[in-house]
Amino acid sequence: MNRRDSLKAIGIGTVSTGLLLAASCKTDVKKTTEDTAPADTTVADPSRKPDEILRDKKLSAEKFFNDHEMATITVLVDIIIPKDDKSGSASDAKVPEFIEFIVNDMPDNQTPLRGGLRWLDMQCLHRYSNTFRESSPQQQLEMVTDIAYPAKAKPDMLPGVSFFNRLRDLTATGFFTTPIGFKDLGYVGNTPNMWTGVPADVLKEHGFGSVWG
Amino acid sequence: MSDLQIKKTSTIYDAVIVGSGAGGGMAGYVLANAGLKVLMLEAGPFFDPKVNSSQLKNPWESPRRGAGTDTRNFGDFDAAFGGWDLDGEPYTHKDGTDFSWFRSRMLGGRTNHWGRISLRMGPYDFKSRDGLTADWPITYDDVKPFYDKVDRLIGIYGTVEGLENEPDGIYLAPPPPRLNELYIKKGAKKAGVTVIAGRGSILTQALPNNKDRGACFYCGQCNRSCKVYGDFSSSSCLVIPAIKTGNLTVIANAMAREVITDKNGLATGVSYINKADMQEYQVNGKIVILGASACESARLLLNSKSSAHPAGIANSSGVVGKYLHDSTGSSSGGWLPQLLDRKRYNEDGVGSVHIYSPWWLGNKKLDFPRGYHIEYGGGLHMPGYGFMGGIQGMNGKVAGRDGKMKDAGGFGAGLKDDYRRFYGVGIGMSGRGTALAREDNYCEIDPDVVDKFGIPVLRFRYKWAAEEINQAKHMQDTFQEIMHEMGAIADAPEGKETNYGLEGPGVIIHEVGTVRMGDDPKKSALNKYCQAHDCNNLFVVDAAPFVQQGDKNATWTILALSMRTAEYILAQRKKLNV
Repeated sequence: MNRRDSLKAIGIGTVSTGLLLAASCKTDVKKTTEDTAPADTTVADPSRKPDEILRDKKLSAEKFFNDHEMATITVLVDIIIPKDDKSGSASDAKVPEFIEFIVNDMPDNQTPLRGGLRWLDMQCLHRYSNTFRESSPQQQLEMVTDIAYPAKAKPDMLPGVSFFNRLRDLTATGFFTTPIGFKDLGYVGNTPNMWTGVPADVLKEHGFGSVWG
Repeated sequence: MSDLQIKKTSTIYDAVIVGSGAGGGMAGYVLANAGLKVLMLEAGPFFDPKVNSSQLKNPWESPRRGAGTDTRNFGDFDAAFGGWDLDGEPYTHKDGTDFSWFRSRMLGGRTNHWGRISLRMGPYDFKSRDGLTADWPITYDDVKPFYDKVDRLIGIYGTVEGLENEPDGIYLAPPPPRLNELYIKKGAKKAGVTVIAGRGSILTQALPNNKDRGACFYCGQCNRSCKVYGDFSSSSCLVIPAIKTGNLTVIANAMAREVITDKNGLATGVSYINKADMQEYQVNGKIVILGASACESARLLLNSKSSAHPAGIANSSGVVGKYLHDSTGSSSGGWLPQLLDRKRYNEDGVGSVHIYSPWWLGNKKLDFPRGYHIEYGGGLHMPGYGFMGGIQGMNGKVAGRDGKMKDAGGFGAGLKDDYRRFYGVGIGMSGRGTALAREDNYCEIDPDVVDKFGIPVLRFRYKWAAEEINQAKHMQDTFQEIMHEMGAIADAPEGKETNYGLEGPGVIIHEVGTVRMGDDPKKSALNKYCQAHDCNNLFVVDAAPFVQQGDKNATWTILALSMRTAEYILAQRKKLNV
């Protein structure tokens, strides 16, 4: 079976196939990830085992964080990845919802995150007589600055540094694994194409003479 | 449970095969195509990549963004159900030692998740130059015709190199390196390390004379299994085609309990528990072929005790379970400042290695015998769970766009921009090496413990020795040298306290050797055709017969040996010997 027939066989239409064949001589392949609908969990998915579908349904319904914690997380993730001229913020990409799911799926995160949030609130209560969420935006940034730079954080800030490192990582995953994140990053894969090696202009830019170096 | 009984049928198959992975799949394919009536028992569910693959799903289609779970250790989209720990199927350890046993219970077995790296063992892997381990009863020349046939039947890419102990195959065109891999190749060359095109069982071109399999379309997701059958999985390439002959019947969810023998000690069939109804069954075959995986086949043999086989079938020598060995593995990584702000394009490539380093030091005298190969990676990969985690370890090490150094970590617009700048700069390298087969590294039946089916479980005893640890140190030193030569910022090398990053036994999932072949029935369980010395209608076709593994991943050799055994069975049937 040739490539065109095999793609038709799995339901990737002729338009995509045409794009694929054109892609071998162009590098700016059109990407259509934004058009892809999110998974509909009500329809049986043959790539999932029944127990997996049930587990995800159950986990999705669980709530670990209370409203205050979720609101605090939302402020924090938007400080980590704010809206800019290229793309939206972490909360636009539903990062808080992702974090809520992950702590239910990977309970090892629960204590570090809950404890870290409370640690942060206590710091802010002492400093500003308010929880982190109720502190002013300027105070919030001041607090975050004290825990966001591991190499220059003061020793008594280290619990906050660990918490913030974890939250930063979860925010990056939560943001860049979405259609918004793909577009922001310029990820253009996960689509049928032809790989014939690094494009000529990139080879040249990096000083390689051919696709095999 | 008063109605518990063993359900028997009168049907006698020409062969009963336990397991549907590379070994069982190949035996089933050859025998069914030759017209034999074959029954295959698979401990897990049926799986067809065309229907059941998660290929081309986006990370947001998984609520955990593709992270692993206890039922899919390699990620939510990975094809392989299974892992190192299965609910209700424990295994135990002895003498405070460590072994992790990966099991993939599903059609195709572990060919569902493997890296498609398809290396032949070389002449010196079958017959060593140092004499430290027993030689195989066969040579590379005995196996070469079967490697050739496997190459043609299944398809493999690579390049003809003429290297001493890395025999060439019959190759499709290899995928060129990604940008990161071009830098690796250049750096390795400067460090004196050979780098050649990868060798993987992926159809970079349509396979001649095969209408059922499509050519690769470069999504790089072989581990999810391929809907167009563009890569090798036992399900898509062997078992499903064998079913289409009308001669192979597969019973899924059938967990084998033991091999049944008659009073003369010959195999008559297999008993199993059907996981769907939890009832006990027995099926009959003129020949029994085990391809359940190295340790599972050993377990089956040891659990098949009778008056003719008091120590377990095929075990009069007492070697079953012994000489267990997994590849060594140690890894490192880093990143390339030269790739910051790199241009975007689709660099998914294939789901196997684009380049690798075959062992380049031959028989050189080092503080460990034999050697290892290195697998490399890096590129503009699809973001998934863990994307750019630990960026605070990177973004303080180079100047920002404004030429000024930044403090590591951070937040806000500057951090967001760093994710864009640092995307696709990473590189990784993993050594996979020869571990020596040792009698005192073994699995045996734990006399005290059964699994949820009431089947006695395996107990492992496995320790690395100085040879393997020294090899891991050599790997770490080599990785640092290559990364230095390519101008990479390398992760800190693993040191003595971690055995130089040497993974625990079983973690690399290349375990072999538990039902070794040999010419001497006192020292081996199988003859050179993988036929039991003690029971001539019993064969083992997975990695259990391996006498000594080279640094090469086991799959291609399993396929070649299983094909060889199946053809031997056909020849012996003609002579009415089995």
